[in-house]
Amino acid sequence: MINIKKSGEPLFHISKRQELAKWKRILFTLAAVALSLIIGAVFCGIVSGNNPVYFFKHLFDGVFKTKRRFWTALRDMALLLGVAMALLPAFKMKFWNLGGNGQILMGALGTIICMKFLGGKMPDAVVNILMILTSIAAGIIWALIPALFKAFFKTNETLFTLMMNYIAVGIVSYFITKYSNSGSNNILPINKANLPVIGNEYLLTIIVVAVITLFMIFYFKFSKHGYEVSVVGESENTARYIGVSVKKVIIRTMALSGAICGIIGLLLVGSIDKTITVSTANNMGFTAIMVAWLANLNPVTMIIAALFITFVDKGMSTVRMQFSLTNNATTNIVLGFIYFFVIAVQFFIAYKINFSKKVVPGSKKSVKVAKNKKENAEHIGEDK
Amino acid sequence: MVQYLIAAISISIVYLYGCVGEIITEKSGHLNLGIPGIMCMGTFGGCFGVALYMNSLPAQESAVWLLLILSSLFFAMLFAASGGLIYAFLTVSLKCNQNIVGLALTTFGKGFTDYFMGKINMDRFAWASKLFRKSLPFADKLGWFGEIFLSHGILVYVGIAVAVAVAVLLKKSKIGLNLRAVGENPATADAAGVNVNAYKYGAILIGAAIAGIGGLFYVMNYVGGSWENSGTIESFGWLAIALVIFCIWRPDLAILGSFIFGLLDAFISFSNVAFGISFTLAQKEIVKLLPYFVAVVVLVVTSIIGKKETQPPASLGINYFKEER
Repeated sequence: MINIKKSGEPLFHISKRQELAKWKRILFTLAAVALSLIIGAVFCGIVSGNNPVYFFKHLFDGVFKTKRRFWTALRDMALLLGVAMALLPAFKMKFWNLGGNGQILMGALGTIICMKFLGGKMPDAVVNILMILTSIAAGIIWALIPALFKAFFKTNETLFTLMMNYIAVGIVSYFITKYSNSGSNNILPINKANLPVIGNEYLLTIIVVAVITLFMIFYFKFSKHGYEVSVVGESENTARYIGVSVKKVIIRTMALSGAICGIIGLLLVGSIDKTITVSTANNMGFTAIMVAWLANLNPVTMIIAALFITFVDKGMSTVRMQFSLTNNATTNIVLGFIYFFVIAVQFFIAYKINFSKKVVPGSKKSVKVAKNKKENAEHIGEDK
Repeated sequence: MVQYLIAAISISIVYLYGCVGEIITEKSGHLNLGIPGIMCMGTFGGCFGVALYMNSLPAQESAVWLLLILSSLFFAMLFAASGGLIYAFLTVSLKCNQNIVGLALTTFGKGFTDYFMGKINMDRFAWASKLFRKSLPFADKLGWFGEIFLSHGILVYVGIAVAVAVAVLLKKSKIGLNLRAVGENPATADAAGVNVNAYKYGAILIGAAIAGIGGLFYVMNYVGGSWENSGTIESFGWLAIALVIFCIWRPDLAILGSFIFGLLDAFISFSNVAFGISFTLAQKEIVKLLPYFVAVVVLVVTSIIGKKETQPPASLGINYFKEER
């Protein structure tokens, strides 16, 4: 490999691992999660003057203590997973769609407009169909604007989608200010033309997201479209070479992304909140990015990641109540710890740190080291 | 009109600090989406410095201007740089995805600031803010010129000085040349004997420290020592990152770009006084979007022009792994 001098050898050097066994990868990730939760617990314990051990108890209570909490957590997990599924195709394509919040919000706006102006004037079923169509259309439009510019002019989509979030917030606050109920700054919940209730009030969201998730798993496993998305993400040149129109794929994929975000907006307004605020999207556009990333863009793993993030998010609200930590900032701090650790562990999964050892020539160790080196050299040969 | 220009210059400085900080970072090949979080952490650091100094005094009237500024600057830069250190460690040493680390840092920085700002005793902040806003001594003798350009607090001039200094350093000095080489092609820079990781760490930490002052400036100078939540500073952070593209990675142009964004930002408050245009409450929500619309237009226009001079550093967003060439 490199001719290593006797003196001046670095303390360690980093090399790429061969594919790590699956159980080892899971173990690494679990260790990172555990470590970050412990740090979160100690942090919350110290700042509030409580025993950090109770952190875990409250965390569980937040999700499992009552039936209501459990269902709410399940529904919110479904919403988060839905947004993550929406972002997944964009990220597979290496299109940084940071505009999830804006796309959800526009879908929500489309829904509330239908409910407010048509609800009660037409049969509920007709309004519901219109709600579905407008919310999907609004989400698609909001996703397509940056996508078209990216496809034709290579405009930076990261910042474009970010700016679109703020523009969506502005449009929604325009709507709220203009049509708010007199004497208040918000729109009171509208009870006309809500989406139908299936079983209990939580189930509709869960079923819709389950369908979306199944669709995405099949989309990437079996469909030609899904395959094309992955090819464009790996290398645009390869895609062009095998006759895939990169522009078409970018536009089609972002339309899909926006459509699903629109559906999430529809669920938020039509079935859950029945009104709209500027924070209707609840920052899920960003949280979902972390969900997709922590799960390595694997749709099945994303279910677990969404479960876990929702678990922490919901659990933290009980922790905060019990530890009397007033504002919701501590949730972001603990989530930040988790993100950092799980992101960092990717390094230890992908790379190996080789510490240099003092080697006595002729000893058992030196033979082993020499053998390793030879193997490494062979691997490098293979790569090239 | 004069009031409008004063406000525009003042608010533009928040953008300027954030933008110059991000330019330095991006010159090393790292796109730091954690800048909003870092600016939040800088805000906390600065306010912590102010509180530490102000509350150590027997009475607020005995505060010394220079010590107050230095104390707040030191802690703002310290906390912002420690945010930058997290980013640098994860992206440079552990080679994690830059966008993801940046977003995580923004989440963390916002939470951190929202939580700990609540712990600060802000009783003496109004007084401290007056000191921050203290204008240059000869401002009121120069009529409208003095009012517009010289009536600001010291941090405005520090910001402009930093932007000019960074522009000169990047263009003329050997350090600047090396840094640009690292951002364009780290492998070549490495082969030429430049310590790539040291430059990356240095650029990210210094960039973060400078961006952090922006948050401090906003709270102590622009709004006068009050605090709601980190949402406003976050939006400044995102716009500062967009501004980097607007000023094509040049700190000297950032002064102009920030001023334009300052004009757009302050327009809503002065539309009636300065231009005689009045908006309804609902319309105001749309007018508030001006900076974002302009940012989008800028993104589109620069990408359509697509000249070589308007392009980002070649290796922006790509981590450098020495043993993978």
